[in-house]
Amino acid sequence: MWSFFHKLGSPPWLFGIAGSILRWLLPITLVALAVGLVWGLLFTHPDFRQGNSYRIIYIHVPAAVVALAGYYVMAIAGAVSLIWKMKMADVAMKACAPIGAALTFIALVTGSIWGKPTWGTWWVWDARITSMLILLFLYLGVVALYEAYDNKEAASKACAVLSLVGTVNIPIIYKSVDWWYSLHQPASIKFTGESTIDASMLYPLLLMIVAFYGLFTCCMLLNMRAELVEREARTNWVRKLAGAGARR
Amino acid sequence: MSRQRRAPGTGSFCLTLLRRQLILAARRPIEIGNPLLFFAMVVALFPLGLGPAPDKLADFAPGILWIIALLSSLLTSDTVFRSDFEDGSLEQLLLAPQPLYMSVLAYIAAHWLITGLLLALVSPLFALMIKLPEQAIGVLVGGLLLGTAVLSLVGGIGAALTVGLKRGGMLISLLILPFYMPVLIFGSAAVQNAIAGYPAAPYLAILGAMLCLAIALAPLAIAAGLRISVDA
Amino acid sequence: MPTESAGAALLSAAGLSLERGGRELFRDLSFAVQPGQLVQIEGPNGAGKTSLLRILAGLSRYGFGGSVQRHAPQLYLGHHAAVKALLTPRENLAWHVAGECAHSDLEIESALERVGLYGYEDVPSMTLSAGQHRRVNLARLYLSSSPLWLLDEPFTAIDKSGVAELEQLLVSHVEGGGAIVMTSHQPLQVAYRVEYLSLRAGLAA
Repeated sequence: MWSFFHKLGSPPWLFGIAGSILRWLLPITLVALAVGLVWGLLFTHPDFRQGNSYRIIYIHVPAAVVALAGYYVMAIAGAVSLIWKMKMADVAMKACAPIGAALTFIALVTGSIWGKPTWGTWWVWDARITSMLILLFLYLGVVALYEAYDNKEAASKACAVLSLVGTVNIPIIYKSVDWWYSLHQPASIKFTGESTIDASMLYPLLLMIVAFYGLFTCCMLLNMRAELVEREARTNWVRKLAGAGARR
Repeated sequence: MSRQRRAPGTGSFCLTLLRRQLILAARRPIEIGNPLLFFAMVVALFPLGLGPAPDKLADFAPGILWIIALLSSLLTSDTVFRSDFEDGSLEQLLLAPQPLYMSVLAYIAAHWLITGLLLALVSPLFALMIKLPEQAIGVLVGGLLLGTAVLSLVGGIGAALTVGLKRGGMLISLLILPFYMPVLIFGSAAVQNAIAGYPAAPYLAILGAMLCLAIALAPLAIAAGLRISVDA
Repeated sequence: MPTESAGAALLSAAGLSLERGGRELFRDLSFAVQPGQLVQIEGPNGAGKTSLLRILAGLSRYGFGGSVQRHAPQLYLGHHAAVKALLTPRENLAWHVAGECAHSDLEIESALERVGLYGYEDVPSMTLSAGQHRRVNLARLYLSSSPLWLLDEPFTAIDKSGVAELEQLLVSHVEGGGAIVMTSHQPLQVAYRVEYLSLRAGLAA
């Protein structure tokens, strides 16, 4: 057990293991993404009320689900880095923030595109949309804080504290936004119920959610490898790696 | 060691810190006046932007007052630890044989006393200026008293994380404004309910609960942030 | 008071190493500071003297290897004077954030007198010079009851007679059973055994 933790703290080992995970995870993810997209966009029935426009959920919902989960991955990595002082957890945490921000942004944009034909407007101050917007701000805060520090180790620690504060706050923010919305809810907009989704539409959606988790993990590992090489640029193993790459 | 003496108790140390911060603020009264002036000037902007119609202003008054309170608390948060960081007092505070949790609370309490408390006390004046119905003023003051304390605590987290940075001013708003939102929602809802004649106590109770949570947890984050900033 | 009792170290460091910007500043530095020791850290600019002191004080908590054990209260004086311009020297000392101990007015007055600030107790510190700010900070040494002092360039901006007096104070502190770890660009002119801590080799007399 301890030797595992010890290995986890060693950059070359982590770099290698991230590489070998990527070798099989990346192809699987790409295949799942392609299958899910084709299945969802071409081979499902159009919705009886929304027609074909609903198909954007195959991007929108997975992006939103993974964006939220990503924040918790980031916060847990931050907690590990603060409590056990594991430098590699820093690297993982730093890798999460831009990906999460991108996914949140995708979820917002696709939601807005979906909103135009469905509700007749690009933007609605609905509880879930508002919460996603706040999540985007939280992610951007972490990214901006990291960039503002010159000392990258301090930057990681500061971001870890910030993401933990965010973790405590997210349920409060979500609950208060929910509550705020139910107080002000305009009567003119009706939402399609969640439970009405047909199984033939659900399976590709589940596949896409899994594929997005895979995509998140792949991006995170790629990001981590880049960060590791940058941080350890002066060490022997990176020199060897660069040398091997140059000779090839 | 002929001069061996014990360190002062935590309580008296915190009171000393509180007194020190308050006297420092009192010696530069413009620092205390600035947030209030800011509050007054922004209140004056809204009728210019929205038009002077009293009923329209009254509709927006709860939100306007709370947003301005939020902003003036935000603007002063940046300064809570900055001068102490720059002259080296902060590193001495971190080395003090005292629980940092309590010392940090003393700093935040001082900040709240010179911004939030004063803001809450003068808010009835501004409320009348933008035609907030009179029956809601008590709730506004009560909500501001609780809410600005939460804002000071949360703002302290942002201040602690950015105090070591040369250009922390803009960053702090990005970091902590999302955390201000629940306070804004419940604070203005309390006032709106009071205007409509419904009980506002539940909303004040939620603000109180947020304050309890913030008192329990925010000093931990602030202390961690200060240690990181001093070390960077 | 015994000066050379093994095991009664005020501070011990084991295997300290530090790397900044990819450059190794020191490695595997182990030493213990006993009561009665006056230690001067040696090294050119950028050798890591201040970093080492900050690690010993506990201000640096990551980015270095090894461990530090502190067995006694300590007083750290860094580059910054920690003097508030809006407070008078008396207030600065009485309400100091270091929270070491509570001082009576009399003690503060005599400490300020000894650093040559007699008559300046109640003028706002912003009217004082940089050297006088340093002196206000040094007055804490007269008030301190901590056995271990960590001093980073205490002689900066202090005039000649001030330096001589400060050296006297340092000697009387270590003779009284305290210990000092300090950095200084000028050699100490004291009638006491000064030990030199080289960041390359470790502790040597």
